[in-house]
Amino acid sequence: MERIIVILVAAILSENFVLSKFLGICPFLGVSKKLNTAVGMSIAVTFVMVLSTLVTYPIYAYLLVPNDLAYLQTVVFILIIAALVQIVEITLKKYLPPLYNALGIYLPLITTNCAVLGVTLLNFTKTIDGQPLSYLEAIFNAFGAGIGFLLAMILFAGVRSKLETCDIPKSLQGLPITLIAASLVALSFLGFAGVAGNLFG
Amino acid sequence: MSKGLMHEFSKGLVRENPVLRLVLGTCPTLAVTTSAMNGIGMGIAATLVLLGSNVVISLLRKVIPDKVRIPAFITIIATFVTVIQMFIKAYLPDIDKALGIFLPLIVVNCIILGRAEMFASKNSVLPSALDALGMGAGFTAALFLMGSIREILGAGSIFSLPIPFLNENPIGIMLLAPGGFFVFGILIALANKIAQKQGKKPVEATDCSSCPLSADCAAHAGEEDAK
Repeated sequence: MERIIVILVAAILSENFVLSKFLGICPFLGVSKKLNTAVGMSIAVTFVMVLSTLVTYPIYAYLLVPNDLAYLQTVVFILIIAALVQIVEITLKKYLPPLYNALGIYLPLITTNCAVLGVTLLNFTKTIDGQPLSYLEAIFNAFGAGIGFLLAMILFAGVRSKLETCDIPKSLQGLPITLIAASLVALSFLGFAGVAGNLFG
Repeated sequence: MSKGLMHEFSKGLVRENPVLRLVLGTCPTLAVTTSAMNGIGMGIAATLVLLGSNVVISLLRKVIPDKVRIPAFITIIATFVTVIQMFIKAYLPDIDKALGIFLPLIVVNCIILGRAEMFASKNSVLPSALDALGMGAGFTAALFLMGSIREILGAGSIFSLPIPFLNENPIGIMLLAPGGFFVFGILIALANKIAQKQGKKPVEATDCSSCPLSADCAAHAGEEDAK
């Protein structure tokens, strides 16, 4: 239980995917203009992250590693994610049209979102107290990473809506000031460094 | 070499620089540029993948059915990434450690998928190879520039060689996440300024329009509707 709390706190705050690991920068800069699109995108990302961890973890641990095929990790994972995203899209469209209308538009973009491939790969390199993550812990790690993404998106959407009414020097207008604002948000997240490790003494 | 072919190579260096003008591949640009050497390592690895994928996709462009082209491209790119990854692990273990997870993540680098979608799937082999080399060189140059700035300011050294005076009080935060965002913001502002002086438009990639998949992606359309 302690391990799961440490994993969640680390994934959401101190090792935030966007603001400290630089994963998923494209949607972070691309769809954070409006709060509702930012939230929709983040929920879709979280969903796909958890789903792809559910599938990729057993395939890697019980199929690729015992057969000495661990080097195929990248190829297998990206194909699984691409297939999963397609299946989710088709299923939602057919059986849950309201959910599809809310999240479906973000799905095609998620295949090539490095945060999703990133979390499935990090599940096997991350360690807590020198111990690799178990299946259940990996699922919580993916969920935490998605919630961390959601948190960063919501915070940044707020910052950006304030930026729109500011008088910004001409050279910095547009992307440059957005990146500098992101730098300040990332600075605030530096304050969480070390929190997860010292949570239980 | 004819003028047209030369253009395919040279456009990626400055005019259509993937990082500073098209704003593609931002994740590795921000993440691995903590030193000049890491920037070059990432740049060369991505260039080799880009060269391989562009050549193979260009050769197969009449065979791959249009509807499944994106999964087909991703499989080809992932294959080359795996090959390069194994090479780097075997011969350059330090670079492998520094790049970490961003080495396999070259698969989802939008520069590579973008060139496959926009160039290699429509052009013959030689122009595609030159396009890959040009774009790769532009990517490497931008990463080297950013890595040098962050290493000089953040560690007071260049290629791990200490610089007198600067290495006494380095600005450590430049090596952390906020420094990455900040240096990249200032570089884009400079690139915009130079482009404006030459009468070109500044980059306005604060929405998804620069993403190579934006034509297929309904999220982009959703953003447009929301406006």
